[in-house]
Amino acid sequence: MINLAGRDILHGWGRFLFTGVGLGLLIGVTLSMAGIYRGMVDDAKVLLGNVGADLWVVQRDTLGPYAEPSNVRDDAYRALLGVRGVADAGNVTYLTMQIQHEGRDVRVMLVGFEPGHPGEPGSLVAGRPITRSHYEAIADERTGLRIDQRVRIRRHEYTVVGLTRRAVSSGGDPMVFVPLQDAQEVQFLKDNDALLNERARTAANPAFNRPGVPGLLEAVQASQASSRTVNVVMLRLAPHADEAVVAREIRRWKHLEAYTRADMDEILVAKLIATSAKQIFMFLVILAVVSAAIVAFIIYTMTLAKQREIAVLKLIGARNRSIAGMILQQALGLGVIGFVVGRTAAALWAPVFPKYVLLLPGDAVVGAALVMAICALASVVAIRAALRIDPATAIGG
Amino acid sequence: MNLRPGRRAALIAAGAGGALALGWLVTSQGPLAPAKVTVATVEQRTLQAGSFGIGTVEARRSYALGPTSASRVTRVLVDQGDAVKAGQLLAELDPVDLEDRVASGRLAAERAAGTIRAAEAQLAEARSRAQVAVSAARRSTELRAQGFVSQEAVDTRGHEANAAKAAVDAAAAQLAVAQRDRDRALADVAGVGKLRAQARLASPVDGVISARLVEPGTTLVAGQAVLQIIDPASLWIRARINQRQAGAVRVGQSAEIVLRSDPERVHPGKVERIDWVSDTVTEERIVNVGFAERPAGVPVGELVEVTIRTADLANVRSVPTAAVKRVDRQDGIWRITGGRVAFRPVKVGITTLDGRSQIVDGLDVGDEVVVHSERALQTDGKVRVVAAIVRSAP
Repeated sequence: MINLAGRDILHGWGRFLFTGVGLGLLIGVTLSMAGIYRGMVDDAKVLLGNVGADLWVVQRDTLGPYAEPSNVRDDAYRALLGVRGVADAGNVTYLTMQIQHEGRDVRVMLVGFEPGHPGEPGSLVAGRPITRSHYEAIADERTGLRIDQRVRIRRHEYTVVGLTRRAVSSGGDPMVFVPLQDAQEVQFLKDNDALLNERARTAANPAFNRPGVPGLLEAVQASQASSRTVNVVMLRLAPHADEAVVAREIRRWKHLEAYTRADMDEILVAKLIATSAKQIFMFLVILAVVSAAIVAFIIYTMTLAKQREIAVLKLIGARNRSIAGMILQQALGLGVIGFVVGRTAAALWAPVFPKYVLLLPGDAVVGAALVMAICALASVVAIRAALRIDPATAIGG
Repeated sequence: MNLRPGRRAALIAAGAGGALALGWLVTSQGPLAPAKVTVATVEQRTLQAGSFGIGTVEARRSYALGPTSASRVTRVLVDQGDAVKAGQLLAELDPVDLEDRVASGRLAAERAAGTIRAAEAQLAEARSRAQVAVSAARRSTELRAQGFVSQEAVDTRGHEANAAKAAVDAAAAQLAVAQRDRDRALADVAGVGKLRAQARLASPVDGVISARLVEPGTTLVAGQAVLQIIDPASLWIRARINQRQAGAVRVGQSAEIVLRSDPERVHPGKVERIDWVSDTVTEERIVNVGFAERPAGVPVGELVEVTIRTADLANVRSVPTAAVKRVDRQDGIWRITGGRVAFRPVKVGITTLDGRSQIVDGLDVGDEVVVHSERALQTDGKVRVVAAIVRSAP
């Protein structure tokens, strides 16, 4: 028996192929959408996994430091080190800010950390870790910064000594890591103009600038220009310690909030990115529906265009099964081409996206199955139309 | 299918090509691809350990000149930047009523001197009276023995003699009081005179005026500075070094000083003093570094970066610091063998400022280790060695 579908495709293979490619690009968009959603979740997981912490200690009654602002005194870590089960503690600050690089603004999240303690960047893709306690930075490659470049952050120039990959905030801003004290200074010491204005403002306040008390103004101004807060204290626990017990201890006696890795996952994935994830998911659903509709239309119009040929087939006694098989095979063929083109296109354009796009093999398999199912379903309409064609139309009736 | 062989072959080739392209994409771009890594070998060489800190240029000795009591500035004779000699008059303060107080003290002293003279005269008079009274009493006693006078007359004379002697004591005491009054008045005069000397501010050393803080006419409280003098030969760096890095710093170690105003030049220096008291709040140690040769015109308060060479370790094994990773709370490195990686715990010694870590134990010279990886590595994971993961800046 000859393969009707193959013969028909070969008859108009250009049109068939281009239809498949068009469909493929649509499927590529759908797959990318799924990849963007997976990328968001994965970014959150990487954000937590990179720092190497077991507990996040933040200001009481806040969901800090990523979902809410949180301020903790920077000497709190000493008290936390005294809690049973805590092996190591690191102060960390986060500040989203704008830096200038090669004449353009880059939005970054500035992270202050203590080298050798929880909160330091994960593995590097170039350069070395920070060895000096000031004015060195590790930047994410997405900032556009490269090794040995100098970047100005507020009042000081920093030398980029290392690069990371995929160190981004939950909002997708690439991170720049600097030593803690520099970061604390950045949070408080603004640009020179702001500093001078602030000094003048304080000097104009008669309570701080009393004629009979020399030195008071200087003392007040010195106290204004220093920062003693951090956003989170990250803890690494001893191997035997139970994180829930330690967290409870800290909540009860240190009057701070402590989150475990699972809590942070929940906060980041379920709370922080929940809305945007739902948004993307809705878009994904609509795209899938639209894709299905388009596949259905394409196959339907392809079938209608072959009305005369099908009528001839019927006239020469082709069975309904053969005709239905032809249409189904064509639909599935279209699906295969579409999927291959789509998956390829998604893989090719994924690196161009500003945020990370994660194309999971599992998603691809589910996607392939869905495409095939949609194609098969879509062909049902076309098959019904084909079977209703009157053989008489073949002879101009 | 009934196809011409050429066409059939072309179709199969296209299908196979498409499948291959997809397969290549899946295995080389996604999570299934081998991780790209850069590698380095363990080297044996000399490592220079160092500590880094930032600090400010400060004068080792700085003098703030000001009055010891509230006063008003009359004249300031020098300005910022002027070189001054020890003992040179720099500023004068308005003594307000000091002159009057000196005059008043002098007058009081003179008056006390008059009182002394009066007391001396009174004492002489009292002595003379006592002499007369005593001899009268003696005579009266002799006459009584011969029975010429009554016993009552003898008692009266005796009482007069005693009263006259008491009057002498009183006059002597008054004289002593008058003398102390004079001494006090003289001391007052001397004290006010010293105060007046304080109103003339003279330089305690040879140095340079670093700040002129007030102008004539300003009223000062006690202790408020008028001028600041520094000894420019005593300029040094007050550097703050993180306690974690400060352990190996010793007096006498060589240091490199970079001024913020001239970041391209490196000034040699030497650690001169390490403070006994560490800053407990910032967790930094304060280390004073002196210039080997003091650069001209360096301003006090300028920010500097100090790098102290704390040790030279000859012939030690080392790897780039980026190669040392932390897995399961353990320091170690990823070793490559046959395109796959395995984690090996190592003991890390010192880390240099240029990013090399000493390997005390766990690796041999020539071992190939992973330095950078594009993602976290898994044991036995496949890797692909590349020259650089991120293209460097053009």
